Amino acid sequence: MSEATLPTQSQGGAPKVSKISEAVIRIAGNSQDGIQAIGGFLARLAGRSEQEVMTFMTIPATISGGPSIFQVRIGSGEVLSSGDDADVLLAFYQHSYEGHIGSLKKGGIVLYDSDHVEAKPELQADYHHVGVPISGLTVEAIGGTAKDKGKNIFALGLIAKMFDLNVPKLEKLVGERFTGKDPSILNNALAAFHAGYSHSLGNVIETFKFVDAAKKNGHQVVMNGNEAIGFGLIAAGVRFGAGYPITPWSDIMELLRRELPKYGGTFVQCEDEIASISMAIGGSYGGRVAVTGSSGPGISLKTEALGWAVMAEIPLIVVDIQRGGPSTGMPTNVEQSDLNIACFGGHGDSPRVVIAPANVEDCFYMAIEAVNIARKYNVPVILISDQAIATRIEAFEEPNLEKVCQDITPDLTPVADHKPYDLSTADGVTARVVPGTRIESGKYPIATGLEHDEMGHPTGSPKLHTQMTAKRRKKLQALGASLPIPKLHGPSEGNVLLVGWGSTEGPIKEAVDRARAAGDSVSSIHIRHINPLPPGLENIFAGFNHVLVVEMNDEGLYGYGQLGGLLRARYGDSKIRGLNKTDGLTFKVKEIVEKARATVATGMRKM
Amino acid sequence: MSSTISAVPAPASEERKGLTKKEISADHPTWCPGCGDFSVLALYFKLIEKRKLWHEKITTVAGIGCSSRFPYFVQAHGVHYIHGRALPFASGISLSRPDLHLFVFGGDGDAFSIGGNHFNHTARKNIKLTYVVMDNWVYGLTKKQTSPTSPIGFKSKTDLTGALDQPINPMKQAIAAGATFVARTTHTNPNHVLQMMEAAMDHDGFSFIECLSECVEFYEGAFDSSNPRKGGVFNTVPADHDVTDEIAAYKLAGEPFPGHFGIFYKNTRPTKNANEQKIIAAAREKVNGLKDHQILQKTFDRLK
Repeated sequence: MSEATLPTQSQGGAPKVSKISEAVIRIAGNSQDGIQAIGGFLARLAGRSEQEVMTFMTIPATISGGPSIFQVRIGSGEVLSSGDDADVLLAFYQHSYEGHIGSLKKGGIVLYDSDHVEAKPELQADYHHVGVPISGLTVEAIGGTAKDKGKNIFALGLIAKMFDLNVPKLEKLVGERFTGKDPSILNNALAAFHAGYSHSLGNVIETFKFVDAAKKNGHQVVMNGNEAIGFGLIAAGVRFGAGYPITPWSDIMELLRRELPKYGGTFVQCEDEIASISMAIGGSYGGRVAVTGSSGPGISLKTEALGWAVMAEIPLIVVDIQRGGPSTGMPTNVEQSDLNIACFGGHGDSPRVVIAPANVEDCFYMAIEAVNIARKYNVPVILISDQAIATRIEAFEEPNLEKVCQDITPDLTPVADHKPYDLSTADGVTARVVPGTRIESGKYPIATGLEHDEMGHPTGSPKLHTQMTAKRRKKLQALGASLPIPKLHGPSEGNVLLVGWGSTEGPIKEAVDRARAAGDSVSSIHIRHINPLPPGLENIFAGFNHVLVVEMNDEGLYGYGQLGGLLRARYGDSKIRGLNKTDGLTFKVKEIVEKARATVATGMRKM
Repeated sequence: MSSTISAVPAPASEERKGLTKKEISADHPTWCPGCGDFSVLALYFKLIEKRKLWHEKITTVAGIGCSSRFPYFVQAHGVHYIHGRALPFASGISLSRPDLHLFVFGGDGDAFSIGGNHFNHTARKNIKLTYVVMDNWVYGLTKKQTSPTSPIGFKSKTDLTGALDQPINPMKQAIAAGATFVARTTHTNPNHVLQMMEAAMDHDGFSFIECLSECVEFYEGAFDSSNPRKGGVFNTVPADHDVTDEIAAYKLAGEPFPGHFGIFYKNTRPTKNANEQKIIAAAREKVNGLKDHQILQKTFDRLK
């Protein structure tokens, strides 16, 4: 809680009000307690107050129940990560209290449900303990009909009081949430909220008030990464898709199933992963880029069909929301271990595009970019995200939808002649003619997985296989040459360059800021286009003594991790080393700083 | 135009003549001389000629296998997809391009072994397309292994002393899975094949034809008892058979070979295509008149 000093007991009278610029609030309970709802309200309120916000959650892999947390970091300035340590812990149960008090800053406040939690005397010195009989008071406020229901909203009221949050805005958010339901549900929720809000926290702690956020241009929208991908695809003009349920991809499928009909489109739930990618490729073949997606094992199952789309040169979007692997692995934890399968999965030489959004806003825009790359180069594009970004809520500047929404309806105007696999273009890119298009020459194309001639008919010709293989590769090389060079965070010369991809952008940037403030010579870049890589990375690497690739995956047999291995293969630069971890949790800022220091300290011995 | 899943219609074209066999044929088939598949291809051409279908309106899809080479031999938009997955691929076309005539061709391995589950689900979803399985009771492309329809006792390279596993009964499978058009024919009776193809094409839903198609190389004579020219009998479905009677159809399907030929089962049930269009129509009504970006704006307004 920057700018806030350790809360002190006020000398009687009204509690002291401290101005703060940011706060990290961790809510710990069970997955059925609606703690995600509290976090969601706080995040949305921050978005409406022009504040920056980032959330982090863990959900158990069990169907119902099990410990779960939601952490929200709200700031009046830039918020890059969900925060290492919490300022306030809201604990519903003994296990929440004991399990998460360690994530609270020394001197932080633990707000606990004294109906379920027994505070430990030995912890009282380090943390301000505020016990409130949340469960009992909620029942008192709204009647004891629904067991435990509403205590999350009661707790939201407590937090609103503590941080002097905007009550009318919160009431409006609660109202919107329960619109269309039985009015008594909304009434109960508001009753619980006010009961929490008006409950005296006693005089043990001060209350806080956020300093005003810098005025932002326009409005902010608040959503998680999966929603941003879903809406980005819709904006891009995607109107057909197919999928199979798997965590954490399913939300995107559900969103598209719900939203696409409004735009005249549809999304099909298939019998399996193979059927879903096949149906999506069929949809794309029909003319408009289609989407499929999955997580973990589902991606493995899709690889044969993906290779077909590469061979037949059919555009396609495959969304991969990574989770812990291999096999069923850790379904609700984060990992970045699908990079290799995304870039190389499948048999044969099958170049495809892999791009990775760095934050929630990026999910929206990269979904559009994915569609446009797929259309231009007639190639499958894997949009690789992960569990952390998928479930993380951020506020970002509302896109200009009129400008970004595009129409990708296929054009069926007759053509004189068409070669689907024309070898005469220098960059290997051939325009596509979709079924329904009359070809006046009377010669029609075949989309095929067999090696083929320029019309798509099978060939065993060594020369053609060489030429066609090169064609499929050259398209991606052309794309690579056109990509923007990643921007450096920090000076272009120094001792250490941190290289990241995907959801780690925020923590890496914050680690650079923190390390630089401590006198370290560190910069970072974030790679959003992974296959092909953007040009000019070698020049960036040349400015540093150490290049550390920060990834949530194993260092691998040779010690470089997945992107690290790719960069080593590409640049043959022995400065490139891995900074990896596999605990299924997002990087903390201090973890990156400490690991980077330790890795640099070991020198270049580890080769 | 962005508001429908189908494509921009081509400009209204002049009166056009139906295609000739020459115009509709492409590569010379790679099949062995005498293969039953030739006859299915010839009758597909005949169907296109007779029904005056145009090149650009036909899409021919296949998986992998001898019979699945089919699209290369047809001069029209075509797809040669991966093994066993032709049906979900074709479903993607069917659901997004209602303006196309969609025909899927494949063999017994593609349909009932590697693609077995897709067969069930495409039937269950009642997706509008025609699926012709050229059943030869053997894996031909890979040179004589047991197929899911090989009869018990059939000797192959993978069943040296004869096939052990109960063969799949394609007709029973189709009926049980919810196919709304289930027919059986054989390559040795061209008129009957054409008749079945026409009826299948006209059916609004998933139409399935099992067409016996002899592999002269690896299972010669398999279907002789259904061929009057080889001393067999070709019996059509009894005139009093009620095609809407599922139990009667199932009974027909259970007859010992050569059994009957014709339409075993046919009923009408809303297609997936129609059901999805209904959902779309209801959703479109609520956003009546709004442009795509305005619809999305409304959603974003709720995310503030």
